[in-house]
Amino acid sequence: MLERILFNVLQAAVVLIFAPLASGVLSRLKEMVQSKRGPSIFQPYRDLWKLFHKDEVVSEDSSWIFRFAPYVLFVTPLFVALLIPVLTSYPLFFAFMGDMLGGGFVLALGGFFATLAAVDTANPYGAVGASRTRMVGFLAEPVFMIVFFTVSFVAGSTIPYIVQQKWVTPPANFFAPSHVLLVLAFVMLILAEGGRIPVDNPTGHFELAMIDESKSLEYSGRGFALVKWGGQMKFFVLLCIFLNVLLSPWGLASAQTYGAVLLAIPSVLFKVLCFLLVLVVIESSLAKLRLFRIAEFLGAAFIISVAAMIAQVFLP
Amino acid sequence: MSDATKQLLENLNALVVALSLLTAFGIVAMRQARACLNLFIVESLLLAASAALLGLRYQSPHLYGVALVNLISKPIIVPWLLRRTSPAEIYTRREIDQVLNIPTALLIALALAVGAYFVGVPLANAVAPEFRGPNVPIGIAVLLLGAFTLTVRREALSLLIGLLVMENGAFLAGISIARDLGMLVELAIATDGLVIVFVMGVLVRAVQKQIGTTSVGSLDSLRETVGTADSDEALL
Repeated sequence: MLERILFNVLQAAVVLIFAPLASGVLSRLKEMVQSKRGPSIFQPYRDLWKLFHKDEVVSEDSSWIFRFAPYVLFVTPLFVALLIPVLTSYPLFFAFMGDMLGGGFVLALGGFFATLAAVDTANPYGAVGASRTRMVGFLAEPVFMIVFFTVSFVAGSTIPYIVQQKWVTPPANFFAPSHVLLVLAFVMLILAEGGRIPVDNPTGHFELAMIDESKSLEYSGRGFALVKWGGQMKFFVLLCIFLNVLLSPWGLASAQTYGAVLLAIPSVLFKVLCFLLVLVVIESSLAKLRLFRIAEFLGAAFIISVAAMIAQVFLP
Repeated sequence: MSDATKQLLENLNALVVALSLLTAFGIVAMRQARACLNLFIVESLLLAASAALLGLRYQSPHLYGVALVNLISKPIIVPWLLRRTSPAEIYTRREIDQVLNIPTALLIALALAVGAYFVGVPLANAVAPEFRGPNVPIGIAVLLLGAFTLTVRREALSLLIGLLVMENGAFLAGISIARDLGMLVELAIATDGLVIVFVMGVLVRAVQKQIGTTSVGSLDSLRETVGTADSDEALL
């Protein structure tokens, strides 16, 4: 029992520690594709360290929400990390506290507070960006729902630990049409929710074009560090759900020993690295969409997820 | 053949069939005539793949022949014929004007695909159990989507592609039900399709030469040329 709690906490710690590394590796890879050298892969850690030692400026006109929101944004991905399989293939202590929908709600709570905080400061750009983030969120929501429902329909459960076994037993299931289409739809969701390139430019610092970064526009010092770290962790958690539950449930610890669980860390990081390579190719070969084309991008994701559902229902 | 291989082949076939449903959705949503044509080529390739996979699964050499005929006629000869016969200007134009806007069209298309389930599943259950698979219901869905493309598009080339998508859908359902149709029939169907494409291509060229446009959706009124020379209405 104690072991299961420890492993569960270890999962959250892995997300906490390696999320900045993933974003550092991603930005380094992108710079390398553009024939630049790019910052060190440890740069996000240095940024966070620097921001934690800086003074924080908070507008007098803002309310408690503005001060409270960074903590919510920081904590919600950690809660989700307790629910999903990050390192182990067997359910851990908190696995049955919430299913995939519960995880989705917890992540949505963070987004809700980020929006409130962005509107709270009365900075016009914050509100513009917040409403855009909500637009993307609204459009992504039905896709999330259909993906989750189809997954639960196939596996007969909404607990991610049980779902993950379904796609690889027997191995032919990996090529089931619903599986491949769901993977496709989920990649598009990751791009939209993570603020990656066809939807949003994560390196752009032009306020009028911002979508995802606008929520941290007014933050400084420790609050900014928390918001930034929270965003990186959310992205890492989405990658873990995608890789460990939907795409490739291999390389996870199946034995309840410390050695097996610790060995799972490098294999999970390797899977994340492989996906980041794919992501770099996607991001480098596409241009950012105009704002009103985002609806069509997510509409396509919706069609793909519904096609997955139809294919699942049609199979005898 | 072991059971695992059989299941793998069945799943791969289901995947290919589902992807062809996706391309049919794409054809409803695309703005450019060229993109529609490319998606049609992809769909035909998927169709050939489905025939080949079914042939492998049921050890039917006849289906290999079907796949081969399909592979040659649709992805290669149809685009070539269209390029030869219809004017190049069609391919460069960007926006095709539609009766409905794209999100509405897609939602209706989704409803059609779900509706095909209620038609297709009883039909698939009526045939012998070993013929059951995703081909019949999804083939019907593709057929309906092709018919839908035909109704909402106003551009001659996309109308033609809608017709070909309908044919693809019928084909998709057909290869799983009637596996040992004579080779002659298959060849006749393929030639028939090519003749349709040829006639339509020439017709499109004639329409464009006569009127200067291929958006046949606006050709809905019959009018004398005399006295209405200043009007921009299309005449036929």
